[in-house]
Amino acid sequence: MKIPYFPGCTLKTTAKNFEISALEVSKVLDIELVELPKWNCCGTVTSLTDDDLMHHLAPIRDLIRVEEMNESGLVDNEYRVVALCTMCFNVLKRSNQRIKERPDEFKKLNDFMYLEKDYQGKTEVIHYMELLRDLDFSKVSEKVKNPLKGLKVSPYYGCLMLRPKEVGIDDPESPTIQADLLGAIGADVIDNPFKTRCCGSYQTVRDKYTVAELAYDIITRARKNGAEMITSSCPLCLFNLADRQKEVMELHPEFEPMPVLYFTQLMALAFGLDEKYFGFEDNFIDPRPLLREKGLLK
Amino acid sequence: MKRIGVYVCHCGGNISEVVDVKKVAETAKEQGEVVLVRDHEHMCSETGQNLVIEDIKEHKLDKVVIAACSPQFQGPTFKATLEKAGLSPYVLEMANIREHCAWPHFHDPDQATEKAKGLTNIAIAKARLDEPLTKKKFPIGKRVLVVGGGIAGIQTSLDLGDAGFDVFLVEKNPSIGGKMLQLSRTFPTEDCAACILSPKMADVVSNENIHLYSYTEVKDISGYLGNYEVTLEKKATYVDPDKCTSCGLCANVCPIKVPNEVDEGLSERKAIYLASPIAVPHSYLIDDNVCIKCGRCVKVCDPKAIDLESSGEQIKLTVDTIVVATGYDIFDAHRKAVYGYGRFENVITSLELERMIVHSAEGNPLRPMGKRIAFIQCVGSRDEQVGNEYCSRICCMYATKLSQLVKRSDPSRDVYVFYTDLRAYGKGFEEYYKRGQNEGVKFVRGRPAELIEDPETKKITLRVEDTLTRSLIESEFDLVVLSVGLEPNKGTEKVADMLRLAKSPDGFLQEAHPKFRPVDTLTDGVFLAGTVQGPKDIPDTVAQASAAAARAIRLMNKGEYDVDPVMAFVHTDKCDGCGLCVEHCPFNAISIVDRKTDDGSSSKVAEINEAMCKGCGSCTAYCPLDALDLHCYTNDQLLAEIEAALTDKKEGDYRVIVFADDMTAYRLADNVGTAKKGYSLDSRIIRIPSGSRITPKLMLKAISLGADGILFGESEQKSNPFSHSVATIQENVSKVQKILEEYGIEKDRVRLVQFVTVMLTGFVNNINTLSDFVRNLGPVPEDVKEKLGKTIDEKLFG
Amino acid sequence: MARKIVITSENVAFLKKISELSDQVITRCDQCGTCSGSCPMVEEMDITPAQIMRMVQLGQKEVMDTKAMWICASCFACTVRCPRGLDVSKVAEALRQVKLRQAIDYIDVNGIPDEEMERLPQIAIVSSFRKFTG
Repeated sequence: MKIPYFPGCTLKTTAKNFEISALEVSKVLDIELVELPKWNCCGTVTSLTDDDLMHHLAPIRDLIRVEEMNESGLVDNEYRVVALCTMCFNVLKRSNQRIKERPDEFKKLNDFMYLEKDYQGKTEVIHYMELLRDLDFSKVSEKVKNPLKGLKVSPYYGCLMLRPKEVGIDDPESPTIQADLLGAIGADVIDNPFKTRCCGSYQTVRDKYTVAELAYDIITRARKNGAEMITSSCPLCLFNLADRQKEVMELHPEFEPMPVLYFTQLMALAFGLDEKYFGFEDNFIDPRPLLREKGLLK
Repeated sequence: MKRIGVYVCHCGGNISEVVDVKKVAETAKEQGEVVLVRDHEHMCSETGQNLVIEDIKEHKLDKVVIAACSPQFQGPTFKATLEKAGLSPYVLEMANIREHCAWPHFHDPDQATEKAKGLTNIAIAKARLDEPLTKKKFPIGKRVLVVGGGIAGIQTSLDLGDAGFDVFLVEKNPSIGGKMLQLSRTFPTEDCAACILSPKMADVVSNENIHLYSYTEVKDISGYLGNYEVTLEKKATYVDPDKCTSCGLCANVCPIKVPNEVDEGLSERKAIYLASPIAVPHSYLIDDNVCIKCGRCVKVCDPKAIDLESSGEQIKLTVDTIVVATGYDIFDAHRKAVYGYGRFENVITSLELERMIVHSAEGNPLRPMGKRIAFIQCVGSRDEQVGNEYCSRICCMYATKLSQLVKRSDPSRDVYVFYTDLRAYGKGFEEYYKRGQNEGVKFVRGRPAELIEDPETKKITLRVEDTLTRSLIESEFDLVVLSVGLEPNKGTEKVADMLRLAKSPDGFLQEAHPKFRPVDTLTDGVFLAGTVQGPKDIPDTVAQASAAAARAIRLMNKGEYDVDPVMAFVHTDKCDGCGLCVEHCPFNAISIVDRKTDDGSSSKVAEINEAMCKGCGSCTAYCPLDALDLHCYTNDQLLAEIEAALTDKKEGDYRVIVFADDMTAYRLADNVGTAKKGYSLDSRIIRIPSGSRITPKLMLKAISLGADGILFGESEQKSNPFSHSVATIQENVSKVQKILEEYGIEKDRVRLVQFVTVMLTGFVNNINTLSDFVRNLGPVPEDVKEKLGKTIDEKLFG
Repeated sequence: MARKIVITSENVAFLKKISELSDQVITRCDQCGTCSGSCPMVEEMDITPAQIMRMVQLGQKEVMDTKAMWICASCFACTVRCPRGLDVSKVAEALRQVKLRQAIDYIDVNGIPDEEMERLPQIAIVSSFRKFTG
């Protein structure tokens, strides 16, 4: 299938390994992620005040692109747009919901963006994991050539995949979607009671040591349950959990680093793809020693 | 030949100072079939009443019209007067020329007099067609079905049984006693629950008037007050209770173990088991869901009480009244995922703790209790995230109790109760709470956000804000007890559906009136007792159970009950049995039956079950042949009233007919008059049981005869005695508005307004607004009225 | 020394403004503290999330001088758990916006050290500028 795909800025730069692994993994599942032409940054966070319309402009503009893709034949009657970056997913979906609930704002936005085609309201925003769940995780299992047996992975959800309830793709208190996906590629899934606790998000710019403490708690709790690795779907979560381990070690010298990966990277490994699609060299904490130890990597 | 007597009251000046009563009397004399007219200072006085009685006898009057105060005021007085004179009270009509005329329109005596004449004529028009009906009496017996054998069902049964009524008590569990059987001690006195309940349970068995059906469920109920047909399904116990000696040898040899429900799964029982040490009936039984029929129990049973081949039975009963006492279930704590119930071994519910405390008395608490114990309040209550907005009322007190009990049994324990509000509202509650504080239980005001389990020690860390010091607490506990709220019992849903019982917004069954009828339901003869109606503690449950018994006795005690004859009836000569009316009766009172004809041909006709008919009149709107009618407010009578309201209309006059429902709008109009608030003299108020009585046909006729506007004043939806009325009126009004539009008649001439009896200004404003509105529009042109009048049936029934 | 506060009718204007800006019926909050207990950042805050709600309820403009709303990470844990169905994250945002719309930034854009700017992914920079600057 061909489906519109919104990458977002970070997947083209600091999180290239997320996109590279995802695109290739999708090919294996017969999914072609067709990138939105002329897309713009979604804004990273959604505007929460009642009177602000301006900050919904950018996300809606991206949703117009999806409708245009259908008109120009880039995709065929496919009004769902899939996002990999969880922050992008959350922002696009929330803006879409909001203006659909407020017809007067809907009209205002269309009038304001007079140089663009009018948004018809047909686009639906989904997260990549939802796409796989709808496909059925058994289809994912079928493509696994190198099951990740013995690899103890703890899925980390963060906030924006599950909250608020109108946006979330699973139960915010006891989600299972990522755990199910990891199970489908053969990993030993380890639960973490802190799997939905915030990593600190944008506070990392202002107060990196608080973020480091949060990362320390999240990783330590996972480790207590036996985890050796953590997966995520958000470049900011990944930065806070992985890159900030430098600060964690400043605060807790005895702390042992734990690799944190994008879930698509593990999928690429499990599907037995070529190494160039794994992107492990860009992970702050190199997962390769652990993977070699488990016999999952040469 | 009709002989109508008309009396115009001065009301001691209240009426005569504004309205020229002599002129009103003169106009009445001119009406057809009026043989006697008098005016009098005080009709309700003894002289006034005696005058009526003498006149009836001397002048052989067969209908009486009294133009005076509101029928809501002296109606009962004058009805009694007619009965004394040997006439049916249902041939009395009152013209309300005080509250609806002299009082509100005191500033315009001339116009008030004209209106008084009009109102009297309307009453005369109705009286002319009154039938000499009598109150309907229906027989009722002494049989009561009590569904549910918890403390509520037990108390109700005992009261009814002692009063000499036949009680059929049905309980789905093997033993009666309900949830109270599972409790340790009860607040605030700390009585042992089982100790005070046991004697009551024994009384149930020894009471000859109570027939207990345990391990039985209600399969079906149909029928009505005085004639409820009940089907029960009694499950097989495989053990003859008359032979069983409760020796327990069978359980010893039984190989099957399952979690014990009474202990909330904390202990085990066998497939053959005794439901509880104090079970009533006191006999072993076999759980056929898990029994493998190995037969070992049969071999050791000396009295030969076990029969593995026995089967259940179906029992049919007929009862007169029903008490629903199906109780509650505790909130399923799995639904509050943040508290880890079911995942963390050291998180339990309050009911589990009750069982632990009961067993500790024997030295075995079923599981470790630990030293640091935390209670979390409002679990499953006051929580929009799980869908229960309401407060479960008893949890603050039961936590106060449980915390004290565990603290007292081991003072080295550190016990905390995490609450948002501490509701200690009842008798002895505040004192009991203080005692808990004295004993060292710590009450912390904060609602725990999440629980985390240590993977090695399994201890639980609680994360909560102490809102009183505004600090965050993150502290570890050995045991966390969830004070779970109450929800309606699962079995309640089925019974409620069978009896068409309404639910309150919180999901519990709804009482007929929140203040004055707390144990009645809107289904005649069906009462509620206990937590089925809403969360409450044991004293309130017992009080309600006795109240339900009293209400049932009140209905059954005289052997018959009577009802006003305001009921639907069928003009069988017009009815063709089409059945359109059946689905529109909200009380299922209409059925289509075979008609017996002389020539032997078969046809169908509608039949009204008077025991079920509530007299709302909604059915009449759906009959295309005018075959359905309502006693005391017949189609002919309503039309006569409408005609009388319009017949004295002069050039330049406007008329707004106000259909006021008995319960609210009519009373409201009385209140407006009593407060001497004026409103448009264009108005003519016609009294009806409910606006749903006024069919689209009557509305269209009214317009074609000259009504400029029609206003429906009706009880607001939520306090309307007929819950469907507002919707029915809206439907009827919409139908009429559509047709009016086709004739170019402004549709807003017809309106529905919902009232409560204190909306005095609202009443005045609505009438005045409609009056202004129609005056602005001008009258409906004569030719349009004529055209409309000719095509009503065609437009409605096409 | 215990603090003394003033609750006059003027304070109602502040409550009304924040209620409208956040589209939340702030008077519904019964101060149960669930939001505070759910907040991952509460230990860094000078007042708790429930306390923010309380101060706004009583129209205490002094809440604008507190740091808690800036420490919020917009994680919405409070939102999904509030038993009264309130969105506390929107109240925090409304308070931030009142300051930001007066062109009072919370962080100094130029004050971020170069090494940090090199490490930080743009997703972090953009989101923090959105939350902390006008």
